[in-house]
Amino acid sequence: MDETKLTTMSVAIRFEHVSFSYGELRVLDKAHFHIHAGEFAALVGPNGSGKTTVLKLLLGLARPTDGHITVLGRSPEEARNSIGYVPQHASYDPAFPISVIEVVRMGRLRTSVRRYTATDDQAVQNALAMADVADLADRPYPALSGGQRRRVLVARALAAEPELLVLDEPTANMDAESETRLFETLGQLKGKATILIVTHDTGFVTALTDSVFCVGERGTGRSVIRHQATLAAHVASEQYGGPALQVLHDTELPDDACRGCIKDSI
Amino acid sequence: MNGYLSAIFDPSLPFVRNALLAGLLSAVLFGTLGAVVTVKRIAGLAGAISHAVLGGIGMALYLSAKDIIPGLPPIVGALVFAVLAAAIIGFVSLKAKQREDTVINALWAIGMSVGVLFIAKTPGYADPMSYLFGNILLVSTRDLVLLAILDTVVVFLAWRYYPQIEASAFDEEFARVRGVPTDAVFIATLAVTAVAVVLLQTFVGIVMVIAMLTLPSGTAGYAAKNLAAMMIGGTVLAAVFTVGGLAASWALDMPAGAVVVVIAGSAFLSVSAFAAFRSRNRKNGKKSRNNPGQATAVGVLPGVEKQA
Repeated sequence: MDETKLTTMSVAIRFEHVSFSYGELRVLDKAHFHIHAGEFAALVGPNGSGKTTVLKLLLGLARPTDGHITVLGRSPEEARNSIGYVPQHASYDPAFPISVIEVVRMGRLRTSVRRYTATDDQAVQNALAMADVADLADRPYPALSGGQRRRVLVARALAAEPELLVLDEPTANMDAESETRLFETLGQLKGKATILIVTHDTGFVTALTDSVFCVGERGTGRSVIRHQATLAAHVASEQYGGPALQVLHDTELPDDACRGCIKDSI
Repeated sequence: MNGYLSAIFDPSLPFVRNALLAGLLSAVLFGTLGAVVTVKRIAGLAGAISHAVLGGIGMALYLSAKDIIPGLPPIVGALVFAVLAAAIIGFVSLKAKQREDTVINALWAIGMSVGVLFIAKTPGYADPMSYLFGNILLVSTRDLVLLAILDTVVVFLAWRYYPQIEASAFDEEFARVRGVPTDAVFIATLAVTAVAVVLLQTFVGIVMVIAMLTLPSGTAGYAAKNLAAMMIGGTVLAAVFTVGGLAASWALDMPAGAVVVVIAGSAFLSVSAFAAFRSRNRKNGKKSRNNPGQATAVGVLPGVEKQA
């Protein structure tokens, strides 16, 4: 397998023996995994397992105490403008005066640039349409339902025209209709961008998923383990956008056991 | 009102014109900075800074009266304490969030206590009330120039970094992911608030600065569609409250700062009550539309309903 090609071209996220601690508390211990460009990946784990820490490291909001992280061939900080991020708990102040289109426009925000260009406006319109919230564009964001607000946050992430889309618990507080619409949007995006969904549902993931990772205990510390998943015909609901895959927690695949690596090595 | 208008144009009463100009210049700060303080929910931090300022004023009065630093103006002491308080609050908020509440309250109380102690030991008479509640009739031309400079700086910063300020206030984590230095935005907001508090306390006093930083923009927030509209609306309302308060205080011979704040507070409470009433009516209307049967059943006797 050509390691250089993997690093620079086909690998979207690479964690190399990454460790992280909050003071004395070891949260990640030599986590070593990668996700290929265009893959639809799921990161699962119970609450408090360290999923949020993996996300923070990935987004450059925290720095590893040991190891190395590459996102889209760059450092997480350098890759920020190519990442679309849907947070789990977006600060939501019902008294904050802001319209839906202004929230979505934040997806085009840059460090110190004041003006939004025509390209930015077009990207915002596209994102509104893709997330199926174009009809809500002029409405006040606080007046929306919980499900509509989450779809607007998806639109905000899409406005960045991301190469990597990261969604933290995307179906939390969503009604069935919004869940269906969200997975339709993600289905359309699959293959065009790398998608990483983070969820505390450790049993099942959407059938759109190509690879499943679990944050869990491994030896003396926590790490990220690649699992197998199999179609669970008996489980089908809007929560997974249709058919679901059952995560097989008793399996532990080597890091190069993914389809991307197998394809590259042929 | 006629008496107040005549006083404005009376050449022998320049302090009345200065007070009006100070009110209008302050309105820009109350509206622009107030909107940011309100949406970022840092009114408590601004309150701690404004109260810590009394410590600086007391210290300056004492050092000056004792000839330790002759002629030290109170505003310099106020500025030192305000910047110090902002630095401590900023550090604690960013590095030790769990202690934020305690530290803010400690600064609030210690600042005021130090001020009262210094004033008590200052030779001669110094009235803490004039610092707590302000005296707009003492506004000097120098104060007006400083206010105008600060207005310009604040309006420029709000215009230049509007998207970053809006995003930091709405969703700090997302703004950070987009590369906005949110900690720097927060520290800059605290620093500007500290300087503004020092200048504004001359007008409405330490206790009431925080009220005027939140009430006009809070009132405007009920009708504003976005942060910019809240800033403009807050500025207009602050100007109306200020001019109205000055005219009323002139006519009724009452302290101007207190009258301005009472007017602003009354307007905020009235608008809040109206908004709550309207929101409740809308919710009830939605419920009736969703459950029309329930609405008709209200007037039906229980026995009759059972039979039906």
